[in-house]
Amino acid sequence: MKEAVIKTENLTKRFGDFIATNALTLEVYTGEIFGFLGANGAGKTTAMRMLCGLSIPSSGNATIAGYDVYRETERIKKNIGYMSQKFSLYEDLTVLENIRFFGGIYGLSDDEIARKSDALITQLGLQNEAKKLVSGLPLGWKQKLSFSVAVLHQPKIVFLDEPTGGVDPVTRRQFWNLIYDAAEKGVTVFVTTHYMDEAEYCNRVSIMVDGKIEALDTPHNLKKKFNAFSMDEVFYQLARGAQRAE
Amino acid sequence: MLQYYMNTTEPMSTRITPPAIVADNLTKVYGAEKTTAVNAVSFMVERGELFGLIGPDGAGKTSIFRMLTTLLLPDGGNALVDGHDIVKDYQQIRHTVGYMPGKFSLYPDLTIAENLNFFATVFNTTIEENYHLIKDIYVQLERFKDRRAGKLSGGMKQKLALCCALIHKPTVLFLDEPTTGVDPVSRKEFWEMLKRLKEQNITILVSTPYMDEATLCDRIALMQQGSILAIDTPDAIIKSYPDILYAIRAEKMPALLKVLGTSNTVATSYAFGEYAHATFKEHIHQEQDIVSMLQYAGMDNIEVKRIQPTIEDCFIKLLHA
Repeated sequence: MKEAVIKTENLTKRFGDFIATNALTLEVYTGEIFGFLGANGAGKTTAMRMLCGLSIPSSGNATIAGYDVYRETERIKKNIGYMSQKFSLYEDLTVLENIRFFGGIYGLSDDEIARKSDALITQLGLQNEAKKLVSGLPLGWKQKLSFSVAVLHQPKIVFLDEPTGGVDPVTRRQFWNLIYDAAEKGVTVFVTTHYMDEAEYCNRVSIMVDGKIEALDTPHNLKKKFNAFSMDEVFYQLARGAQRAE
Repeated sequence: MLQYYMNTTEPMSTRITPPAIVADNLTKVYGAEKTTAVNAVSFMVERGELFGLIGPDGAGKTSIFRMLTTLLLPDGGNALVDGHDIVKDYQQIRHTVGYMPGKFSLYPDLTIAENLNFFATVFNTTIEENYHLIKDIYVQLERFKDRRAGKLSGGMKQKLALCCALIHKPTVLFLDEPTTGVDPVSRKEFWEMLKRLKEQNITILVSTPYMDEATLCDRIALMQQGSILAIDTPDAIIKSYPDILYAIRAEKMPALLKVLGTSNTVATSYAFGEYAHATFKEHIHQEQDIVSMLQYAGMDNIEVKRIQPTIEDCFIKLLHA
C-alpha cells in the first residue's frame, strides 16, 4: 500500500482577484521523485510555499508528512528539507560551519552534527575544502553540498526548486545521483526544473498551466497520451496556450 | 588569431568591412586569489552571424560580454568590435553596440514607453526611426506601455530589455543569458525573435547554459571554466564526435545505469532523459552484443539503438577529454 506524504485537495491561493494556485489536488508517495513542472507564472512557487508551510492557503486542504498546512506549519518545517538555486548556503561561512549551522537549526545534537559532518564531508570528497569559505567553491559543489545539507536531518520530504540551473551537464547528472540515493532511502523528492530531460528522471510529473494542474502521470504515460516523443513536446503542447506569463 | 583570418574566404586586405567581433587571447583575472575567469579566449564573429557562447555558470561568459562591451578592462589579450579596439576606442563601441545584461537593468520606476524613449534619446534617435526593428516584440508590450518596468512579469521585462537594446539599431547585439530560468515555451519564442532579428542583418552574440539552444546558432563556442573547449558550427561539432554512441533503455532505468556504470566493456555512460547514453570499448561491435550483455546482467525489455550525438553529448565528451 502506497503511503501519501503529500496530500492536497483543491488547494487554492488567491491574491485579491488573482488566483495564483487554483484547486490543486495531488498525492505524492513515500520515496517518490515527483516533478512539479509548469511555465513561468503558472503558480508553482505559490504552491510550493503552501506545501512548505510558508504561506497559508485561501481554501482547500493539504497535509504534508501528516501535518496540516493551516495549523501545523512549524511541524511541517521540521519534517521537510528545502533547497533552491537562489538560496542554499551561507557564502561567508565555511563548509563545516554551514553544516553545523543547518544541523543546529534542525535540532540535531552536537554528537549527531559531528558524526554527520564527518560522514558528509567524506562522502562528497570535500576533506580539503571543509575549512574553506563556501563562496570559493565551484557552483556544482555548492549545489551538491546544499542538497546534502537539506537532507541532513533526514526529512520525510525534500523540496528542490530548480536545483540544477546553470550547472554543467556532468555535474547535473551527479546531482541526480544524489536525488536517486535519497529517494532509495525513502526520502520523498518534490522537484521543479526547466530541463525537460530531468522530467524523465521523475517517477511522476505534474504540469501546471495558469494556476491549474493540466496533466499528472508518469512521463511514459504522458508521452503516450499526448502522442509525443519527448516530455519537451508534452510540455509544449500543454503550456503553449497559457494566458499567464510570469 | 591569424588562423582565423586565413580560414575566411575573404583575405584581410580586401575586406571592405571588419568582422563584427575579433577576440584575441582575451583574459580576465579577478581578485587577490588571481582567479582566471577568462583564459586566453580567441574567436571571431562574422557580420550577420548568430554566435553562441555555450557553457555553465563560471564558464566566463559574462566576463567576456563585459569586456567586449567595454565595461571591464581585459588583463591580457585584446579584442575588436566593429573594428574598434575595446580598450582604446571604447567610446565608439558604446555608440554602436546593444547590450542586454543577464540581470534586469532597466529603470524600474519608468514605464515601458519611458524606458524605451529614454534609451532612444540617449542614442540620439527616436522610437519611430527604428520601430521596424522592435515592432514584432513591442506589439506584445504595447497595451501595457504605461506600466512601470519594475511591475512587469519576467517575460515582459525580457522583451522590454531586448527592445531597449535594439532601439538604436546596433551593429552588434550582445545578449547575456537571455533565457536562463525561462520555461521551455518562452525560450522557444525568444529564439524565434532572434531568428527574425538575424534576418535584419544584426550580428548577435548570445550566451546560454542550455545545451539544446546551441543548434539554433550559426556557430558556437563550448566553454568551461574560462576556456573554449570547441568552436565551430553545431553540425561540425556533432560530426567530430569521435565515438559510436548508443541510446539504451530497459525496464528498470536506475538498475541499467548501475550495470552500465560498472561494466568493463562500457567506456562512458550517463542518463539522458528516458534513455541512457553509452559508448563502448572496441570489442563491442553491434547492438546485439550490447543486448546480450545486458540480458546477462539481468535487464528486461532492453532497447538499444545507435544515435547521433547531441551538443550535450559532445560537451560531456569534451569535459572528460
